[in-house]
Amino acid sequence: MIELLLPILFTGMALALTSAQLGVFVVWQKQSYFGATLAHTALLGVALGLLLNYNWQWLVILVALLTGWAVHTLLQRTQLSADTLLGMLAHATLAIALILLTYVPVQFDLNSFLFGDILSVTPADAALTSGLLLLVSLFMLRNWRALLNLTLNPELAFAEGVSVKQVQLSFILLLSLVIAISIKVVGVLLITSLLILPPAAARHFSRTPEQMLAGSLMIALLSVQGGLWLSWQLDWPTGPAIVAMATIFFLLALPFKR
Amino acid sequence: MNKTPLIALNDVSFGYGKKAVIEQVSLTIHRGEIITLIGPNGAGKSTLLKLVMGLLKPYTGTIGRHPALKLGYMPQKLHIDASFPLAVKRFLTLGQPSSGLDEFWLKKTGVDKLLDADLRSLSGGQLQRAMLCRAIFRKPDLLVLDEPLQGVDVQGQAYLYQLLKTVRDQLNCAILLVSHDLHLVMAQTDQVICLNHHVCCSGTPQRVKDHPEYQKLFGIQDDIFAIYTHHHQICDHHSHD
Repeated sequence: MIELLLPILFTGMALALTSAQLGVFVVWQKQSYFGATLAHTALLGVALGLLLNYNWQWLVILVALLTGWAVHTLLQRTQLSADTLLGMLAHATLAIALILLTYVPVQFDLNSFLFGDILSVTPADAALTSGLLLLVSLFMLRNWRALLNLTLNPELAFAEGVSVKQVQLSFILLLSLVIAISIKVVGVLLITSLLILPPAAARHFSRTPEQMLAGSLMIALLSVQGGLWLSWQLDWPTGPAIVAMATIFFLLALPFKR
Repeated sequence: MNKTPLIALNDVSFGYGKKAVIEQVSLTIHRGEIITLIGPNGAGKSTLLKLVMGLLKPYTGTIGRHPALKLGYMPQKLHIDASFPLAVKRFLTLGQPSSGLDEFWLKKTGVDKLLDADLRSLSGGQLQRAMLCRAIFRKPDLLVLDEPLQGVDVQGQAYLYQLLKTVRDQLNCAILLVSHDLHLVMAQTDQVICLNHHVCCSGTPQRVKDHPEYQKLFGIQDDIFAIYTHHHQICDHHSHD
C-alpha cells in the first residue's frame, strides 16, 4: 500500500512546489494563456506517441519544448500579438492531433489524459518531478531579481543589464517542461489552474513578491495533497479533485483581500 | 566638462519587415550632454532609443559604445499586473541592489514620501518620479528618458527640467530624452534632433527652430517653440488666449 502511495504523494508535492514557483510569474506576466496552449499541444505528443508506438510522455515533453521554443521565437519575429499566436498554435496542433488519432489502431483512454490519473504515476515519475523541482528552484534562485525586473518592464531590465532573451527562453522552456510532466497527474484540461490558482489565492495576503511566492507554495502543496487524498478515497478524477481544493483555498483567501 | 564620446551611431538604418523606420541616422552622445529627440508620432523616436540602448540591432551602419557604459532608463510605463505586490522602496533597490537609497535624490524626486507605498497605488506622475529616481540611483553614464513629460503638468515639467539639469551636473552623465511635446524643449538642451525616420535637422534649440525642415514638418508658428527662452514674448503675444 505505502509503496504505491509514496511515489504518488512525492510526485504531487514536487509538482505543486514546481508549478507554484513558475505560477507566480505566469500570473504577474499575464501568461496563463500560454499554459492553455501548451496543454493543447500535448495531445499532439500523445497522438505521435501512439502512432510511432513510443512512450507518449516523452513525445509530449518534446512537443511542449518545441512549442515553447517556437512561441518564444515567433513572438520576436512576427507582428502578431501573443494572444493571436498562442490561440492559433493551440488549435492548429489540436486539430492535427485529432486527425492523427483517427489513424491510431489502439483504443486510447482520453479520460485519463484529460483529467489526470494518479494510478498511472510510477516511481520513475517521482524521480523525474523531483529533478524538475530541483532545476526550477535553482533557476529561480539565480534569476529571481532578473525575473522581477522583467515583469516590471523587459526593456528596463535589458537596459539594466539583464540578459532578457536568455532568461525569457529558459522560463518558457521550464514552463513547457512542467506542463508536459504534470499532464499525467492533473490532466490537460486543468493544468493552467494548477499554475494560477495558488498565486491568485496568495495575492490576497501578500505585500511582497516573496510573500506571494511563499503563500503560493503553501496553497499549492495543500491543494495537491488534499486533492490526491480525495481522489484516492473517493475515486474522484485526480485533476478535478486538486483544482477543487485549490479553488476552496482561493475562496477562503478572499476575505483577506487588501 | 570632459567630452568623452559615450556612444556613436554611424549611418544606422533599421526597419520592421520592409518598412524602414530609421534611415541613415548618425548621432554621437558625449558625457555631460543633454540631447532632446523630437519628431511626430511614428517618426521612429522610440525605435532610435532602442537602438541606442542596444535592444535592437541595426540592419546597416554601426553603433559604437564606450565599453563600460552604464545605462539608466526611464520607460514610458511599467506593465504591472494588479496582482504584483511591490513597495516603492523595493522597486528602487531592484534597479541597483548594492547601493543604498540616497536621501538627496529621494528628496529631489519627491519619492521620499512614497517609499512604503505600493507601486500599484501611485498616480502616473508619482510612478514616473519613482522610475526616474530608480534610474538616477544607478549612477548611469547615460540616462535615457522616453517621453518623461507625458502626463506631467506645466509646473511639473519645469521642475523636471530643473531636476534633469541637476542630475547632469552632479553625475556628469549624458541625458537623452524623447519628447513629442514640441511646446517645451528644455532650455539647457545642447542638441535638439528632429527625427522623421531620418534626421531632418539638428543643432541648438534656436537653430532647429529656425530650420525650414522643422517648420515644414510641424507647420507651427515659431514662437511656440522653446517657451523657456522666450517667456516674456509668449506672454505678450498670447495674452488674448
